[in-house]
Amino acid sequence: MNIVEKILARASGRENVSPDDIIFADIDKVMVHDVSGPGVIKVFDKLKKQGVNVDKLWDPSKVWVAEDHFVPSADKISAENIVKLQNFTKNYGIKKHFKYGMGQYGICHTLSHEEALVLPGEVYVGGDSHTNTTGALGAFACGLGHTDIAYVLLNGKIWFKVPETLYFKLNGKLPDHVMAKDLILKIIGDIGTDGGAYRTMQFGGSGIDEMSVEGRLTLCNMTTEAGAKNGIVEPDQKIVNYLTTRGVTNIALVKGDPDAEYSEVFEYESSEMEPIVAKPFSPENTVIVREAPNVDLDKSYIGSCTGAKYEDLEAAAKILKGRKVKIRTEVLPAAISIYKRAMENGLLKIFLDAGATVGPPTCGACCGAHMGVLAKDEICISTTNRNFPGRMGHVESQTYLASPLVAAASAVTGKITDPRDLD
Amino acid sequence: MKGNVIKYERDNIDTDVIIPGQYLKIHDYAELASHAMEGLDPAFHSKVKEGDFILSGKNFGCGSSREHAPIALAHSGIKAILALSFARIFYRNAVDGAFLLPIEIDEIAYKNISEGDEIDIDISSNQIKNITKNQSYQMKPFSEIIGKIIEAGGLFKYKPD
Repeated sequence: MNIVEKILARASGRENVSPDDIIFADIDKVMVHDVSGPGVIKVFDKLKKQGVNVDKLWDPSKVWVAEDHFVPSADKISAENIVKLQNFTKNYGIKKHFKYGMGQYGICHTLSHEEALVLPGEVYVGGDSHTNTTGALGAFACGLGHTDIAYVLLNGKIWFKVPETLYFKLNGKLPDHVMAKDLILKIIGDIGTDGGAYRTMQFGGSGIDEMSVEGRLTLCNMTTEAGAKNGIVEPDQKIVNYLTTRGVTNIALVKGDPDAEYSEVFEYESSEMEPIVAKPFSPENTVIVREAPNVDLDKSYIGSCTGAKYEDLEAAAKILKGRKVKIRTEVLPAAISIYKRAMENGLLKIFLDAGATVGPPTCGACCGAHMGVLAKDEICISTTNRNFPGRMGHVESQTYLASPLVAAASAVTGKITDPRDLD
Repeated sequence: MKGNVIKYERDNIDTDVIIPGQYLKIHDYAELASHAMEGLDPAFHSKVKEGDFILSGKNFGCGSSREHAPIALAHSGIKAILALSFARIFYRNAVDGAFLLPIEIDEIAYKNISEGDEIDIDISSNQIKNITKNQSYQMKPFSEIIGKIIEAGGLFKYKPD
């Protein structure tokens, strides 16, 4: 069995599972946020009217809650959703609720790794499609809708079809001007937005050995854009160190068997990669940065679970240090812990000196919700994950998806720019 | 199950056009329905009728896990989506929440069914009859668990064996 099959076999109490088996898996961790949470509350209200007992959750200690999409509250409805969420966690005894304005908070997927909320070998489901992110720690991490999450909260399990696994073998360390974001855009460009549909995308090889934990998180994060059920990397010493520095002890490393089977293997020479952007209006619409259209950009956005982890900010700061931005540039660290580290290490000063605005953690503009949405005809280069029509604002705005290095270099020139081509 | 078809001849209809992100804070179903398909077809809300079906290409519902997407469509009156394929979370949400039926069709059905055609979907025989054109097509049968969840009326009513 490969790693996903091993995790799902353990969680469903079976000795073996194979692709296409239907299982009910016990869930180790579950997450809701300020969009999926009120959805769950509505499902609970409906169930209550039907006579279903919703007085208790199966295990509140396995549940955690994030406030991220519409915070700081964008308007009255968003504020009311936050109040609903607070009442929910209070009523059900959920202790892990990361509230904005009260210490550590941030984008749910970022918290999952910053706070070591999910461990290798666990089955983790979240009410958000980018739950795939956390597979980088060696967990089976999968996004679900709020009815399914409500079911998990009451029953502690959910059905899955055991996925086939696509294995991506990455050869060699990425060059300095290339990030994991470029690599995952390249892969999505090759296999398409349904290329991983219903399947696991697993990453391995020397390119993974050489890659930081945060780079792996970026890869797994955007398996969602290939339609994958989950993304995963077998945990190694880097994961152990990452979790140990966050206070975790007794880490068990689940790995696939030597004779594990994969439905397809793809090989990439990661050491020869080029910076890439995805043009509007699909993450699969990729082009090498040096061949990208010569458009006048209106904005550079450095934010989201995909592109505002600490290393993402560090990469942007490397470019912006001593330079000035030519277009509107917004930097929103993905969690308070990252914001703080960026402040302590001087990154925020670099951004501010360059002329950029630094904002609080939020999913805000990434999903066109608030705080930096695009006007008609505006063109943005962004470290986020999707660029469908209207994703970041007006349906006739445009988003180019890029790495933090490319987004920062483009902020300096106002054109889509390879970081190597800056003066 | 009879109804008329609204056809979008394209692949990858994503959740951002089905219900744009700015509306994710809304949990009133009627209000969500009033914004359904806003990112692709602003006329959708005025033309959709109770019992209509949507016909589309590959990877329908790709993108976000927002259950607002099947909710907005179902509360607009849509009873089923016919598509060459579906994105997985949209498919699960449609079935587990018992909002609408995701029907997988083949290229023949996709090419031959036109906007406005009246069709009759029979999930017990996996047949789609085109009443307007007097044709019939096969739909892909539901997998066992999906069939059972649909029959039960959603995941909460389904009793695992």
